[in-house]
Amino acid sequence: MVERLEHEVESGAVVADGAAVRDRLIEILAEVASAGRAPIDLSGSPAVLMMVGVNGTGKTTTIGKIAWHLSREMGLTVVIAAADTYRAAAAEQLEEWASRAGAELVRGGEGADPGAVAYDAIEAARARAADVVIVDTAGRLHTQANLMDELAKVRRVIAKQIPEAPHETLISIDATTGQNGLRQAKVFSEAVEVDGVVLTKLDGTARGGIALAIASDLEIPVKLIGVGETLEDLRPFDPADYAQALLAE
Amino acid sequence: MFDQLSERLQSTLSDVRSRGKLSEGDVDAAMREIRLALLEADVNFKVVKGFTRTLKERSLGSEVLESLDPGQQVVKIVNEELASLMGGTGSELAMATSGPTVILMAGLQGSGKTTACAKLAQYFGKQGKDVALAACDVYRPAAVEQLVTMGRRAGAHVYERGTDADPVEIASWALEHARAERRDVLVVDTAGRLHIDQDLMAELARIRKQTRPHDVLLVVDAMTGQDAVGVAESFAEAAEFDGVVMTKLDGDARGGAALSVKAVTGKPILFASTGEKIEDFDKFHPDRMAQRILGMGDVLSLIEKAEQQVDEKEAEALQEKMRRDQFTLEDFLTQMRQVRKMGPLSGIIGMLPGMGALKQLKNADVDESELDRVEAIILSMTPQERANPGVINGSRRKRIANGSGTKVQNVNALVKQFDQMRVLMKSMANGRMPSPQQLAQLQGGAQRPKVRRR
Repeated sequence: MVERLEHEVESGAVVADGAAVRDRLIEILAEVASAGRAPIDLSGSPAVLMMVGVNGTGKTTTIGKIAWHLSREMGLTVVIAAADTYRAAAAEQLEEWASRAGAELVRGGEGADPGAVAYDAIEAARARAADVVIVDTAGRLHTQANLMDELAKVRRVIAKQIPEAPHETLISIDATTGQNGLRQAKVFSEAVEVDGVVLTKLDGTARGGIALAIASDLEIPVKLIGVGETLEDLRPFDPADYAQALLAE
Repeated sequence: MFDQLSERLQSTLSDVRSRGKLSEGDVDAAMREIRLALLEADVNFKVVKGFTRTLKERSLGSEVLESLDPGQQVVKIVNEELASLMGGTGSELAMATSGPTVILMAGLQGSGKTTACAKLAQYFGKQGKDVALAACDVYRPAAVEQLVTMGRRAGAHVYERGTDADPVEIASWALEHARAERRDVLVVDTAGRLHIDQDLMAELARIRKQTRPHDVLLVVDAMTGQDAVGVAESFAEAAEFDGVVMTKLDGDARGGAALSVKAVTGKPILFASTGEKIEDFDKFHPDRMAQRILGMGDVLSLIEKAEQQVDEKEAEALQEKMRRDQFTLEDFLTQMRQVRKMGPLSGIIGMLPGMGALKQLKNADVDESELDRVEAIILSMTPQERANPGVINGSRRKRIANGSGTKVQNVNALVKQFDQMRVLMKSMANGRMPSPQQLAQLQGGAQRPKVRRR
């Protein structure tokens, strides 16, 4: 990006003055951030959306926000699969979000097979002709091969049930994460097909610069951003805004 | 964790060590490489500047230049400075002289506070202390339930008042109870909060004022990038924390945050959380971590871990069994499980000295699923079969294969290799070293944990 900008200034395409160079840099950044851009795919019936990511990045809260948006703002019927069967009180946490969002929750017992919970949720959605199924998964470090295998297995279960599903797989990336974010996105996308990033906790001081690398190197675009802990704190990703914020003082 | 930094530092230093006398140019070149390695490991740039300056000063002094082995001296200096950067020989938690020791946990959302509370409870529980937890996160859905569940697993009592009470009041109330019930330790969990959220930071300060903790711990996610320093500084200002708990150290983050926080805030890393299980929690030893990064291994930690698992009498009895050729598959299973309890093998490999030289091994992923398979096969055998694999005929092999979800070839390979191992053990227990042929035979077996190159 820097090389490109240098070239443009040298060739006279961009005026060699501070403000102009800065503006052009923002444009270039926005362009890179838009790589692979596509809207969230909700075409299935039911549409299946799977959330994946490392521990603590904001998967469950994001699901609550997405469910709320789909249910309360767009009037769709949503079923949530509590397929995080590992973490203590994960289902209870999701239950609270489901209730606030006006969505139905399908859960298994503690230690139940995550694939089975996803399966049950999709069956329930079919039975009620619901519009969307959102599948929560346990947080996992990408360095744990067996857990990545488990995730791939959950995806296979879903795909067997509905051939095109999951129609959308989103990975949550914490904006405070450093270079490791790229590694996370890479390894997760080797296990399951990741369609987009939810860049979370942008209400802090971190700017999530690693999203640029993820978009540029892996062609996985940021689709949503998380800017707080309440239901409404979810926005569609705007590359121009993001680029501006990256360079803000 | 620290893999990349480790590799680069070791490469630079082995270069330095291989030279005889060092010129100022040599030292400069090495310092440049070290500086780059640290920056790429996400270490805060101010910290890197200060660090390399100190290194250079010492490396250009008489300590190095007049030494018989300047290269080795430089390595010694890097080791000392790296350890010092992270906190020296390690610090202790302040403990109460009377009444419960109060520990307040703080940090950003998702950093791992609640899990760390449970791990601390387990850590102190193992020392025989009576631990209680206070559930002061009333904001995040089901945070109280999570702490209650995890606390119970750790054998701690949890004080909670649901989500309708004020966190400061809950903390106060919990402390009263902890005193009245004569608990040894009270760990106060709080909600994750942004360091720039004035209201919540003020709340944290109030909780601190009310409970007057002996220790305030900042929980930091090891994969945090440059932002770690700003976060730490803000929390230091608002809550004056005493130490850091570094979490998710089992990831492959470059670790710069870990190296920067102490340098910038002056507060040491006290604990390291290295996995999702409640036992995956240790006191942080900066000097040992520095040694590991530089490839000198961490034999002390390895010995500690091994000691936790091995009972001396059992070990002696085992040796006797080997000597008399009475070592069974049951014994093998016990041994394998003990080793596995020490933690993932890839973690243990990092503790062995000289791993830098054995690059292949260091960059490999030990295939734990192979060990799972071996375990499953043995568990599908009857006690008689484990004691005497000689009785395992064709139909038994089939049954064992079915029961363990493996193929008959796997069962055959295990039995064959075990027989070879027994012969080897007998001669070793009787004082004879194995011949190269015997070792080669053993290595050819399919049951050896496969080391997969990353």
